[in-house]
Amino acid sequence: MGALSGIKVLDLTQYIAGPYCTKVLSDYGAEVIKIERPPSGDPARGLAPFKDNQPGLESSGLFLYLNTGKKSISLNLKSVEGRKIFFRLVKEADIVVESYAPDTMESLGLSYDSLKAMNSNVMMTSISNFGRTGPYKKYKLTDIVMYAMGLTMYGTGMSDREPQKLALTLIQHQAGMIAAATTLGAYLGREMHGLSQHLDIALVETQLGSIDRTATQAIAYSYTGNFPHARVTAENAVSIMPMGIYPCADGYVTFVAANPLWWPRFVKMIEMPELFEDPRFQEKDFGFVYNLDYKDEMDALVLGWTTQLTKQEVMEKAQATGMAGTSINSMEDVYKDPQFIHRGFFVDIDHPTTGVVRYPGTPARLSESPAEIRRAPLLGEHNKEIYCDVLGYEIEDLPLMREQLVI
Amino acid sequence: MTETLPLTGIRVIDLSIVWAGPYATILLGDLGAEVIRIESLQHPDINTRGNPTPPAGLLGTPRAFMYPDSNPYPRPWERGASFAYSGRNKKSVTMDLERSSGREIFMRLVEQSDVIIENGAAGTMEKLGLTYDVIKQSNPGIIMCSMPGYGTNGPYKYFKGYGANVEGVGGHTYLRGYTDMDFSGTSPVFHADPAAGATAAFSILAAINHKRNTGKGQYINLSQAENVISAIPQAFMDYSMNGIVRERLGNRQQGMVQGCYQCAGDDNWVVLTISTDDQWKDFCLLMGMPELVSYPRFSSGIARWNNHDEIDGIISEWTKDLDHYEVFHKLQEFGIAAGPVIKPQEVFDDPHVIARGFYEAHEHPMIGGPYMYPGPVFDLSETPMRIRKMHPVLGSDNEYVYKEVMGYTDSEYDAFVEDQHIGDIYIGVDLPEE
Repeated sequence: MGALSGIKVLDLTQYIAGPYCTKVLSDYGAEVIKIERPPSGDPARGLAPFKDNQPGLESSGLFLYLNTGKKSISLNLKSVEGRKIFFRLVKEADIVVESYAPDTMESLGLSYDSLKAMNSNVMMTSISNFGRTGPYKKYKLTDIVMYAMGLTMYGTGMSDREPQKLALTLIQHQAGMIAAATTLGAYLGREMHGLSQHLDIALVETQLGSIDRTATQAIAYSYTGNFPHARVTAENAVSIMPMGIYPCADGYVTFVAANPLWWPRFVKMIEMPELFEDPRFQEKDFGFVYNLDYKDEMDALVLGWTTQLTKQEVMEKAQATGMAGTSINSMEDVYKDPQFIHRGFFVDIDHPTTGVVRYPGTPARLSESPAEIRRAPLLGEHNKEIYCDVLGYEIEDLPLMREQLVI
Repeated sequence: MTETLPLTGIRVIDLSIVWAGPYATILLGDLGAEVIRIESLQHPDINTRGNPTPPAGLLGTPRAFMYPDSNPYPRPWERGASFAYSGRNKKSVTMDLERSSGREIFMRLVEQSDVIIENGAAGTMEKLGLTYDVIKQSNPGIIMCSMPGYGTNGPYKYFKGYGANVEGVGGHTYLRGYTDMDFSGTSPVFHADPAAGATAAFSILAAINHKRNTGKGQYINLSQAENVISAIPQAFMDYSMNGIVRERLGNRQQGMVQGCYQCAGDDNWVVLTISTDDQWKDFCLLMGMPELVSYPRFSSGIARWNNHDEIDGIISEWTKDLDHYEVFHKLQEFGIAAGPVIKPQEVFDDPHVIARGFYEAHEHPMIGGPYMYPGPVFDLSETPMRIRKMHPVLGSDNEYVYKEVMGYTDSEYDAFVEDQHIGDIYIGVDLPEE
């Protein structure tokens, strides 16, 4: 039995953050009915990568990953009949999750108040770019805009160059998980205290309030009016011995020097005890070990060591002495990494269009109620089940509904 | 009685440090759970509260910018910006888990709690003898979440993993950074911390729901590195479906015009994404260069992608004398995604941020103020989310937790004070006179 068995979710989300929210609800056992607009459904069905690089509504690897275990029905909420059907589904639902632009639900006559009039217990989660209020509420957002306006981009990159974004749509996934956690928290509030309510998530605020260096520095700015570093590079991140990314024999490795007291571990790792006596590397500058005047010499020492070793060897030797040194993995490295394989993180899932494909699984293992990852639905795959078996339409009704652009 | 929030009645024992675990308990605390941080007078939590005795030379220098008035003293562990962020809506209780008497106190708290969360390196709890198997003897319904860098099993179990480590092992670092440099110019980021915190909070809440359905507690074993992979599925699926190893794109996004461009003023930048032919047309008109619309080498998404360097030059030339906020508003009025690269110096003045009330002004007994702090990242219609209480002073909830929650008597409490389990100042830390 899944941890969320019995929870019924109506999913009006599209693209990435919203579908990731409902994906994790689905993976842990909630029944998620994904409502897709005819004729082509969630626009994420059109996003790369595609199986064998052949675009098609059922072959986007991103879509297949983001929609595991959901049921798909096609439904046109702009039609009167479509909205009637939606309200019938709302009667049986616990949670509605939507990611339309603000005011869209209201303009369709589907405001939270009108949903509650149909089902006083129903909860709603709205995920939008900038939130449902405020002067930017209609503005567009992409991952790079979210990172820039979420305050973190300014600190990422080199001081004399343009700030850098993070890869792909990483931070939208983080936002989706926050939406899932807070949706579930709000749901438990209904179960425990009878609190049915509407949850407002602004994507950009999930980044603005994300715990990290730059967000912390905003508080510090409020304290002092000082802001010492713009971009945080390897050299000014933490002024303690080797911190950053270094080449090695077959790639790159990274070191995080979290604690100034780790100097002996470093010396042990590179097996150069004479460094303890080396005047260049003595304590200086508020007790931190790494004297930036000798950064080049320090880097030469580190490189002399790393370039003789493979990334896997560096990682093993570093960790054996308690240094937080690790490899920079390509996706091929990730796929073959012994740790992920040992933990059974990857799952193989069959799908009518793609055949068996390996997916990332769930990072958290619940000992009593583990996640179960099932394939994503074809567009409208569950029309018959939901419209006929649940709502009582006749199978003969469906072609007409399709013709009238209801489904 | 205080207002009822969604998670009112759920008690969480918080053994987490640095950022990842604390972010999970921020979310749970915001939602109304009672989050009790376990702290120790003998072992300062340097990772979360900062160095308890920063060198005197730091005082008043720019290096002390993380403290109000650039002054860490009198009690540096109460005054740093990082814990001011991660400690909101939480309580603090002290006990020394390295002594058996401290572990007895801990187990008494376990009996009265619903959740335990820890994100120490795997092995930390083992050394203390506080594994899930031991803990559940005292409370079979307990939910315990461990979230080390790589999970609590497998060959990397004991490997150290900070944010920048698990980003690398999980494949994210490889996919970002300047495309014209090697990786040694890539700055560390710590996205992995809050992202894993969100996943931990979700998993804990799922386990609470399971316990409500079945009465059963459970153990959650979370890998922060796996959590990184789960957020970059495009790269993973491209490899698993097509054997393609994705490389860095910097600020670009395949098939679109996207980048970060310098504007007028000191270190001001704007980012933008142009995804369709119509947007490109509008953009050319906005730049005052209608002739570009008919250039064949910019006429389609693929054509623009192939000539991105040339387009970057044109855009930079246009933005360099403009205000970054002005470019942002102009483009957004035409439905083009754009935004200023906001600086900490600007964020408190942003009209949208102000209208949403995202930052809250609060005072704190050890900090003064009011200063501005980021509030919850979500809001609820019936129980508005806000900072109900600033970060706790060390041991400030000892009375409540020892007496009301664990039921110790006044004389037992006094004995724990004598025995240095209870207190509000680190032992053996030399401080200047207050």
